[in-house]
Amino acid sequence: MKNIRYLELNVGMSFYTALAVLGAIILMGLGSVYHMEHNGHWVTGMDNQIVWGMPHVFAIFLIVAASGALNVASIGSVFGKKMYKPLARLSGLLAIALLAGGLAVLVLDLGRPDRLIVAMTHFNFKSIFTWNIFLYTGFMGIVGVYLWMMMDRQMNKFSTPVGFLAFGWRLILTTGTGSIFGFLVARQAYDAAIMAPMFVVMSFSFGLAAYILVLMGLFAWDKRELGDYVLNRLRKLLGIFIAGVLYFVLVYHLTNLYATEHHGVEAFILRDGGVFTNLFWWVQILIGSLVPLALIYAPMFQGKRCSLILASVLVILGGFAQLYVILIGGQAYPLQLFPGYAVTSSFADGIVNGYSPTFHEVMLGIAGIAISLLLVTFASRVLRFLPESLADSVVDPHAKG
Amino acid sequence: MSNEQQPDLARRDFMSSGAQLAAGLTLAPGVVLYGVAQAKPDDQPVTDKVRWGMLIDTTKCADGCDDCVTACKTEQGWDNQTHARATQSAQWIRKVTLRDKATGHQHSLPMMCQHCENPPCADVCPTGASFKRADGIVLVDRHICIGCRYCMMACPYKARSFVHETITDQLPHMPRGKGCVEGCTMCVHRVDAGQTTACAEACAKAGHNAILFGDLNDPKSAIAKTVAKYATTQVRADLGLNPGVRYSGI
Repeated sequence: MKNIRYLELNVGMSFYTALAVLGAIILMGLGSVYHMEHNGHWVTGMDNQIVWGMPHVFAIFLIVAASGALNVASIGSVFGKKMYKPLARLSGLLAIALLAGGLAVLVLDLGRPDRLIVAMTHFNFKSIFTWNIFLYTGFMGIVGVYLWMMMDRQMNKFSTPVGFLAFGWRLILTTGTGSIFGFLVARQAYDAAIMAPMFVVMSFSFGLAAYILVLMGLFAWDKRELGDYVLNRLRKLLGIFIAGVLYFVLVYHLTNLYATEHHGVEAFILRDGGVFTNLFWWVQILIGSLVPLALIYAPMFQGKRCSLILASVLVILGGFAQLYVILIGGQAYPLQLFPGYAVTSSFADGIVNGYSPTFHEVMLGIAGIAISLLLVTFASRVLRFLPESLADSVVDPHAKG
Repeated sequence: MSNEQQPDLARRDFMSSGAQLAAGLTLAPGVVLYGVAQAKPDDQPVTDKVRWGMLIDTTKCADGCDDCVTACKTEQGWDNQTHARATQSAQWIRKVTLRDKATGHQHSLPMMCQHCENPPCADVCPTGASFKRADGIVLVDRHICIGCRYCMMACPYKARSFVHETITDQLPHMPRGKGCVEGCTMCVHRVDAGQTTACAEACAKAGHNAILFGDLNDPKSAIAKTVAKYATTQVRADLGLNPGVRYSGI
């Protein structure tokens, strides 16, 4: 591999256009936040039955994808794969940016976002949320130092040990995110240790799909060369991660299907759940997993960039569907207070809870994505995150010339 | 991991003195019990010598009667939202109707915060706003609740509500705020003054006497005597939470 030169994004005035567009989306999101916080959450689709809604789907997607986006750097530092080293800076940057976007959405949906300082000063260490506060801020700090080690030539020698630390931290972080659900004993769809490793593998898949799209987007925007060698490696890796997520989804549902206690919730998600069943089978499994696998592995699509772009987009779409089914579907299924009894009440006991997200909830989520993209665009414009070229002749050790 | 501690009825001989609120409660024909509560002087801390609890006899809970719910609304002032949809409205206590799927037998009961000994809401709360008092009453500290709703995800009893809008005309003893989570306080303000809960009082007033409030740790209390003598049930006992609210007749 030749020496890699890194250069700031050089896209002329279109940089400012991008900032303006992303900034406008963020402003619209902040307007939605004002609307929801000023009036109260009655203007949202959320209620006392579906207490976490669309903002949480976006926030958790971004947080999960953040830890996964760091994988590309980890493969270079921790597993010593040289081809991934030129990709590492963008990987660290995207990880921080996605986490910032996700946390912004999460925090701005709080009932009392003005009390964020309370969350930073009052801790209950039995709460996985408290652990996540430390895991998320620690992740930003460690990846920040990791980037410094990679970008400062004098500090390069420390990039491997810091890379190990970042890799370990990100595994713990996603374990913490999955455990938000894994530790919930009350609800039929959660309370499962497999949630934590499933979220880790989901992060591999969603994070890599986001990375591929951002990498291809930035290189196309700046008209830099991006060879097939890099893309084919990333394509194969994405295929393995998609299959990994499918495996965990299969084991989760098989385990539930074995236990009679969980037949109700399984029948709800897999057969009778209406929108949740449709999202699971059509979007999460077919469009978000099987079609991308075909796009990645079918001989007719080999080497075709549009198939990789489409596969990555579909993986992200499937990821949103998966989180929607887990989050909203898990809450829509009624709590089992009295097994063996049919229950009714004035507080929606015993019935499937409905949820219709409002524009403002979705807008807040989209603003979170815009925050992530704005951070990546701005940082890669002012600092040297992107290699000048990722042409095959630069990164492929077997390339001629 | 915590060991479940059932009320040790023989451990303490907590003699009541001062104000005794005695309500004659007929448990079974010829068996009259008395609910007893003691006033706690304001300058003394809450102690774990007491464990407040309620026993709900579902065989006495009348179908169609929701006096306990009405009394709770009046006492705590929680049903005054103007914008919230029905599913967004607060519901600190509700009547649940149970129908046995196998036999068709139907009965109803009030469901509210079960005041667990090991409350999942307090476990998951990031700031410690959800907490359990030493005397077993589970509360929300409205000053440090950030409105994350994780407690609502964690509560197996769906006992908590999120305040979806600005609240006006609040009661002096029960401040409520938009963006915070709330639930049954076991009428802590009345209990500390030596009174019984509003729901138990209303149920007795209606002549049903289905709700018995008292100190589970006081072997002389009516509730402790009753749970020691008759079979009672914890809702979702499989979760090992040891709720302070027990049921008989389920």
